[in-house]
This record gives sequence, structure tokens and C-alpha cells, in this order.
Amino acid sequence: MKEKRFHSVRLEGEKCRGCTNCLKRCPTEAIRVRGGRAHIIDERCIDCGECIRVCSYHAKVAVTDPLSSISQFKYKIALPAPSLYGQFSNLKSISQVLGGLKRMGFDEVYEVARGADVVSKAIQERLKDPKLPRPVISSACPAIVRLIQVRFPDLIDHIVDVRQPMEVAAMIARTEFARKYGVDPSEIGCFFISPCPAKVTAIRNPIGHTKSAVNGAISVLEIYGLLSSQLKNTPVDLTLEEASDLGVGWARSGGESMAVSPDNSMSVDGIENCIRVLEEIEDNRLKNLEFFEGAACTGGCVGGPLNFENNYVARSEIRKLTTRDAEPNLNVDAGMMTKYDLYMSGRILPNSAMKLDDDLMEAMRKMEKIEKLYNELPGFDCGSCGSPTCRTFAEDVVQGVATKMDCIHMMKDQLRVMAQQMVDLAKTTRE
Amino acid sequence: MAVLLEKNFPVEAGAFTTAGEASTTIKRTLKQLGIGPEVLRRVSVACYEVELNLVIHSRGGTLTLLVDPEKVTLISKDVGPGIPDIEKAMTEGFSTASDEARTLGFGAGMGLPNMKRNASEFDIQSEVGVGTTITMSFALK
Repeated sequence: MKEKRFHSVRLEGEKCRGCTNCLKRCPTEAIRVRGGRAHIIDERCIDCGECIRVCSYHAKVAVTDPLSSISQFKYKIALPAPSLYGQFSNLKSISQVLGGLKRMGFDEVYEVARGADVVSKAIQERLKDPKLPRPVISSACPAIVRLIQVRFPDLIDHIVDVRQPMEVAAMIARTEFARKYGVDPSEIGCFFISPCPAKVTAIRNPIGHTKSAVNGAISVLEIYGLLSSQLKNTPVDLTLEEASDLGVGWARSGGESMAVSPDNSMSVDGIENCIRVLEEIEDNRLKNLEFFEGAACTGGCVGGPLNFENNYVARSEIRKLTTRDAEPNLNVDAGMMTKYDLYMSGRILPNSAMKLDDDLMEAMRKMEKIEKLYNELPGFDCGSCGSPTCRTFAEDVVQGVATKMDCIHMMKDQLRVMAQQMVDLAKTTRE
Repeated sequence: MAVLLEKNFPVEAGAFTTAGEASTTIKRTLKQLGIGPEVLRRVSVACYEVELNLVIHSRGGTLTLLVDPEKVTLISKDVGPGIPDIEKAMTEGFSTASDEARTLGFGAGMGLPNMKRNASEFDIQSEVGVGTTITMSFALK
């Protein structure tokens, strides 16, 4: 038996009306509507959260940890994603947010943007290796990494083997806190304040290493109200904000590129846009490009579905907050580069969920049947059958998870034939 | 071994709006068949080059995908104009691409050499006034 994969993105069955909104938008064709409600195919889901965004009935949800879960640990550290800073209008300084988090019950706050500073440096080190296939692809957006595992397995070698900023931030935060206060690291809980479900899943099922240094993920939406009310009353302690403008800039699309390889990089946001560019990388059209940063959400992490603020507003807030440094520079202590496991310990493996069969011969036989059936279908891609397109419907029929008559157009034709047969039969029996 | 899968894609001359569509479908097909990443990547590169060659240089033609248990084969067959000097055409850096194609980033003269480099076996036959046929195979084992 295959182990059931953890997914942050879930479906609340009773709210689902079985419409085609999510069906049509899923980038890995992981949703089917069967028996009047949507189902997610676990093996294919990459937790990008597109379905959460498009569901009119709020039937798609992200499972995150409640704020109360921090009490499991004696010492609690908040790891705010840089996109959190963009959620508040006219913030005077990032320290207000950091101080506010401490007032909410965290013993310490460690900026994930600092992790981003270190990660930027680690990626720059990797870019010095001319043997890495170009463009080198960012590993920061877990939805994009999983998209590559499912749809672009031949580009896995391009993904840079550097851990995510939240992982690096958690490692440093725990080590420093334990040393500073002389406590047992196992008593320290590191909680990521997350803008998206993909990161939540990445904590439970890390990609490229076995265990996450992060103990839980609390959504921005969960703490937004409480944190907003703390901002006014919090005395500003400027020593809390340590990340550079470049590190904070990771909150929006283009920020990572700016920090890593400003001269020759490309940043793409929105998962469909990323798919288009990944196709071009596959065709070797972008071989002169040094670095590719893809974000599944429009605008980058500020566009994550678990944020409160509109991504364009958040983006401009981030821009205002990242004008502190006269010269853009990463804030990295030399020691950090050698002290922590910044690089992945395992290989990223392809996900074969799109494969028709493990046996090539059988896969080809299925492909032939799919082609044949596809040519009989109307090609409307209406989604009424419960599969996203006529092609996926043909695949589903051949794989035995749908039947031809699930297509209402084929059914109509069939009814017409049957009606005619009845008329003919009536005529012949009357005589 | 008998060919188990065959797909044909007509490619129109000068049709830049649809250029690359055949390659995208071919890639999707191979991924569904479970062709390994290494072969997939080489087919992708060669396939896109050959499809664009049909668009840029030919008077139109057909791209054919054949799959059998031993190999993936791509055949590009066009209806002209034919290549006068194949040896020259195979030289890195040599290109007869139009200015229009060059402004789109093509015409580096790497098309045919790239195809040859990526394929396990490469064959090109051409006759001026008749057409060009390129056959590339990619061993699966």
C-alpha cells in the first residue's frame, strides 16, 4: 500500500456544488467531479492553492496549525514570511510587526527574510559551478518544485539544491536561541507564519531533505486580526529587524532574482505563466539565462492564498519597506555559510502521477485507445463529465475511472439513436 | 520491433503563432508513456529545433513521432525547397534564416548540429526542389 500523502489543500465536501471552477484551473489536472462533488487526486496535487482561490463556495481549504498549537512547546519562536510585512498599510517599520508577534505569545521572532539573505548567498555559491545546467531554477516555491516533479521531470537537474528560507531561518533561530538562553533545542518550537498551503505541505513532506526544522505553520489569515490590533501599542524596537532589503524583497516576484543574480535572471509569477516558460526551458530556448525564479502565485509570495491583503497592495507596501539600505547588500555572517545545512541532503525525485502505466507497452496500448476515443469526443472541454478536458476524460475512461456515457454529448447522441430505434420498433410492431 | 505508436503533426511554413505546439504535444505524450527524464530532455531539444526548422526554412511539412519499445523516433519531412549543401548546413554557426526569424532569436546556426548532438542516430536526406527528410532516433535502453 502506498503511504497516503499529506496535503494542506483539502476539500470540504458538504460545501462543494460540483461546479467546474477548480476543475478547469488545476495546473496538474488533479481534480475530478464525481457524484456531484469535487475530488482531489492525491498523487497529482501540488498544493499550489489555485483551487482555494477560485472556489466560489469556499469548499477548498488549507489545513494549517492554530495559533494555540504553539503552547505544545516550552519556548516559541515565530518565523514570519517576508510577505507578512506587506499586509499592513502605512507600516512605519518592520519592527512593529516583529514586536507585535512577540506580544502575541512568542518568546522570539526570527525573520524568514534573514533566512532568505543566507539562501541568496548559498545560491550564488552554486551559480559559480559552470557544470550546473542553465538556467538554474529556484527551489523556493514548493508548488513550482512539485510542478516540475509532476510535469517537467526532465528539468529536476536544473533545480538548485538549496533549502528554503524558512528552513534555514528555523535552523539558525533554534540554534541561536538555545545557545543564548542555555535551553534544550528540543524544547523550542519554530512556527512559520505562512502565506500559502504549499509551504505548509513542505513542512510535513520536505522536498530534498527528510525532516523539516519548522515545527508548525500558522496562516497569515489566522493571526491577522490579533496582530493588527497589536501594532499600535507595540513600542518599536529597531534591533529586531535584521534582514536586508534584499531578503525582505523575496516577498514579491523578482525579489529573489534581485538578491541572487540581478544581471541575468528571469522572474515569472502565476503558475500558468511558469508552465509556459518551463516548456521553453525544456526546449533549450533559454540556455543563456543564468537563473529562473518561478512563483506559483501572481505577484510572488504576497499573492499567496492565505494572505489577507490584495497582492498588488501588498507588493507596493513591500516596496516601500525595502528602501532602508542605501546600497543593496545581503546580511550574512560568514560563519552561517558553514555552520548550517544550507543544502539539500537528498535528490528531488520525479513524480510519475501523469504516467499512464508502469509498463511501456501497456502505456502505448492505452495511449492508442485514448487517441481513438478522443477523436469521437466533441472537443468542447466543457467539464460536464467531471474531467477537466475532453482529453483527460478520454484518459479517465481508458484508465477505468469514468465511462463513456459520463459525457453528456455522447449520451445525447446515444439517446437520439435509441429514440429512433424505439420509433422504428413501434412502426414495425404496429403492422 | 513493430512501431506501437505513431502520431503525425502537420507543420505550416511561416506559422510562428503555432510554432512549438507539435513539440509540446509530443513532450506530453512521452511523459505519459513514462519515457525517462534523460531521453525526454534530448527529444525535447531536438524536436523543437526540427519543428522550428519546418516553420522557418521549409515550405511546410509533417513531423512524425514513432515510439516502439526500443526507441523514440522523430521524422521531419518537408516539401521543399531542399538543402543545396548538406555539409555546410550541418556546420555550427551556418544559417540561412530570414531577418524575421533572426529578430525572433533564431538563426544561430545551431539547429542541425544540436539535433545531431541530441539524437542517438541522425540521418538527413535532401534534394533541391523536392524536399528534406530528417530522421532522428533516441534509444530507450
